[in-house]
Amino acid sequence: MADENTKSTMSRRRFIKNSSYVAGGAIGGGFLGTILGRNVFTDNQQQASPEKNNNANDYNRALMYFTRQKDFDILSAATERIFPEDENGPGAIKLGVPYFIDHQLAGAYGHNDREYMQRPFYPGSDFQGYQTRLKRHEVFMVGIQAIENESQKGFDSSFLDLEDKQKDEILQKFQDGKVDLKGVTPTTFFELLRSATLEGAYSDPLYGGNGNMEGWLMKEYPGNYMSYINDIGKDKFIKKEPKPLRAHFAS
Amino acid sequence: MAKKLKKVDVVTVGVGWTGGIIAAELTKQGVQVVGLERGKARSTEDFQHVHDEYRYAIRYELMQDLSRETITFRNHRDERALPMRQLGSFLLGEGLGGAGVHWNGQTWRFLPYDFEIKTKTEEKYGPNKLGSDYTLQDWGITYEELDPYFYKFEQMAGISGEDNPKGAPRNNPYPTPPMKETPITKLFKDAAKNKNLHPVHIPSGNLSERYENPDGQTINQCQYCGFCERFGCEYGAKTSPNVTVIPTAKKTGNFELRTHANVTEILYDGSKATGVKYVDLQTGEEFIQPADVVVLTSYVMNNARLLLQAGIGKPYDPETRTGVIGKNYCYQILPGATGFFEDKKFNTYMGAGALGAAVDDYNGDNFDHSKLDFIHGGVLAISQTGQRPINNNVVPNDTPNWGKEFKAQSIKYYHRNLAIGAQGASIPHRNNYLSLDPDYKDVFGFPLLRMTYDFTEQDRKLHDYLSGKCADIMKEMGADIVEPREIKDHYSIVPYQTTHNTGGVIMGADPETSAVNNYLQMWDADNLFVVGASAFAHNGGYNPTGTVGALAYRAAEGIMKYRENKGQLVKAKAASKRA
Repeated sequence: MADENTKSTMSRRRFIKNSSYVAGGAIGGGFLGTILGRNVFTDNQQQASPEKNNNANDYNRALMYFTRQKDFDILSAATERIFPEDENGPGAIKLGVPYFIDHQLAGAYGHNDREYMQRPFYPGSDFQGYQTRLKRHEVFMVGIQAIENESQKGFDSSFLDLEDKQKDEILQKFQDGKVDLKGVTPTTFFELLRSATLEGAYSDPLYGGNGNMEGWLMKEYPGNYMSYINDIGKDKFIKKEPKPLRAHFAS
Repeated sequence: MAKKLKKVDVVTVGVGWTGGIIAAELTKQGVQVVGLERGKARSTEDFQHVHDEYRYAIRYELMQDLSRETITFRNHRDERALPMRQLGSFLLGEGLGGAGVHWNGQTWRFLPYDFEIKTKTEEKYGPNKLGSDYTLQDWGITYEELDPYFYKFEQMAGISGEDNPKGAPRNNPYPTPPMKETPITKLFKDAAKNKNLHPVHIPSGNLSERYENPDGQTINQCQYCGFCERFGCEYGAKTSPNVTVIPTAKKTGNFELRTHANVTEILYDGSKATGVKYVDLQTGEEFIQPADVVVLTSYVMNNARLLLQAGIGKPYDPETRTGVIGKNYCYQILPGATGFFEDKKFNTYMGAGALGAAVDDYNGDNFDHSKLDFIHGGVLAISQTGQRPINNNVVPNDTPNWGKEFKAQSIKYYHRNLAIGAQGASIPHRNNYLSLDPDYKDVFGFPLLRMTYDFTEQDRKLHDYLSGKCADIMKEMGADIVEPREIKDHYSIVPYQTTHNTGGVIMGADPETSAVNNYLQMWDADNLFVVGASAFAHNGGYNPTGTVGALAYRAAEGIMKYRENKGQLVKAKAASKRA
């Protein structure tokens, strides 16, 4: 794991160094300085696991929603199976996805603020969508506890202690609708978990996921550029160092 | 107790493209217009931090707040309709400019065939091509009659395009040249030409160059930034009501815009609409706004809902097949083919909402249907809208949608997949319609609109056909894996498909079978005009906004005529004569 980290940092260091974008000085010094100086080179090596990545300055990486560490750890382990670390780069945990989800559950998303939650509630067909009376934050709690129950039932062990293959087996049961959940279908929970994991991996880093923009780096997605008018006609693939929305505030 | 305000000449319910066009056209001619918009004011300065996929494309920042009002949905009449609790299949607009803020800008004209679809289909294929369950009908207007209104809309909006040999014939060039050619559009065009098709650039509301419209409004040059659909434009380069017709109306001094003004009822005295009732969402106060002319400008859903609630026009009954309000609700089908390229990466993260290339060889009646068991078709297009990473994780069919393999494949193919998509026309069916829900209410206690909709046999056949054609082009483009799309067992309200909902308050020549005449004036209330894709008698094989815009200009002219002459502007044709 340490090797992987070093490798990915080095390749990015090389990328930035070689980038004509930086050489041309097209970007404000404030923003790039932040990226180079702190996030990329300093923090990266320390993000081996959620327990170890509590960099003293990363005030955002704390819990807004979850009250029990274990629930948060189960969520973390589940997201990591959905988006695992591999040869492409970090998985959900290193990207900060569990924190992203925690923060989202504490706010409008978790509380379905802009959605129709009036009674009466009926089960509905597969084509009628979300019909549970539970709000998303409640769905996550019910689902996470059910993951642990299934693990105890099937393997006589906590989800946190399972082999990857066993974890996948359990998650697959949720996706296939083969678990009894209270108040919500297991597929509804699984689909929320799956989509929230991808959202955390690839949303702007302002939301707490996509740590160091590594989600974007893996996909070679450049984030927030204001114009491609001079590049859109070009035939070759153009790789650009990603820019976050924060860049709007840099001088 | 609602406070009664001073009567005005004209009030519009909603201020998006249609409300904005009505307001601009009438106020320029000295008419006093009040625009009631339930959302907030917004324009270019609100979009400087808009490059945020999560906030805008995933959490739908600019779309309707469903906690206040949604629709209910069922596939079939014997099912219980349930609320659409989250946005999904389509993204309803809300706020100043409506969906005209977060559209992609693809601006087509429906084909001459569309407006006379029943007559032309029967002429060529006989009276019973599809069977009697399909409630196909002419629009009560011809393409030739609408041509000048299309042009008015395109001039106002500055549309960038080029001649299309298979498209609706034009008497004028587009106001601005087409958007840039890219390796993706070129690859598509070359392949299409090899297949003897007729590719063109998509007519675009993301402008190829800076443009000043006849009203003196400037629309800027598109920067191809890749944040268009679901976003507002930070450059004012995507044409929208907010940078065109709304400032034009304001400039006259005759337009009063009231935001946070949620219309709850049309007031109706049995023959005329006397005004509307609305709630100021910030204070909770109720107001009655009397007007000489009431214009519903809420695209589709609320046009139909407010009429059903007010009891204006006879509600459609699928059992007896009588009535008109709610009839001919249509959507679209989305055949297509995805191509995966092992050795070629494309700059798919760059783009613009209407950047792309298309062929109309399989649209309308541009190809012979004699030996086919469906009618119509759709435009086939490759669009380069800008693939953002949360929403674009395209993997070959046999890949799971999570886990190690999914991650590797979605990353690998992120810049190595292209899709050709068709917008398959939607032919009305007696069982697809809008009505009021008997159980579910909005935040004010009024019934929600209920949608009953499913795919038809016509849809399935057309879908298969067009997906095959898309796959043929994709193979010619050199993709290593080509996967044609398949239609689902039933229409689902969950995954995003398209916001091209149409019908419910359709236009036509006969009051027995249509709700509005060809000026979009209600047959049952002379001073009530209903403007939007609600007027479409069926949905064609294109994005609807060009045709919606043309109809809005036509309606504006009708309102001016009505102010002169009163009464019905069009003489009704009896059903018996046409049967």
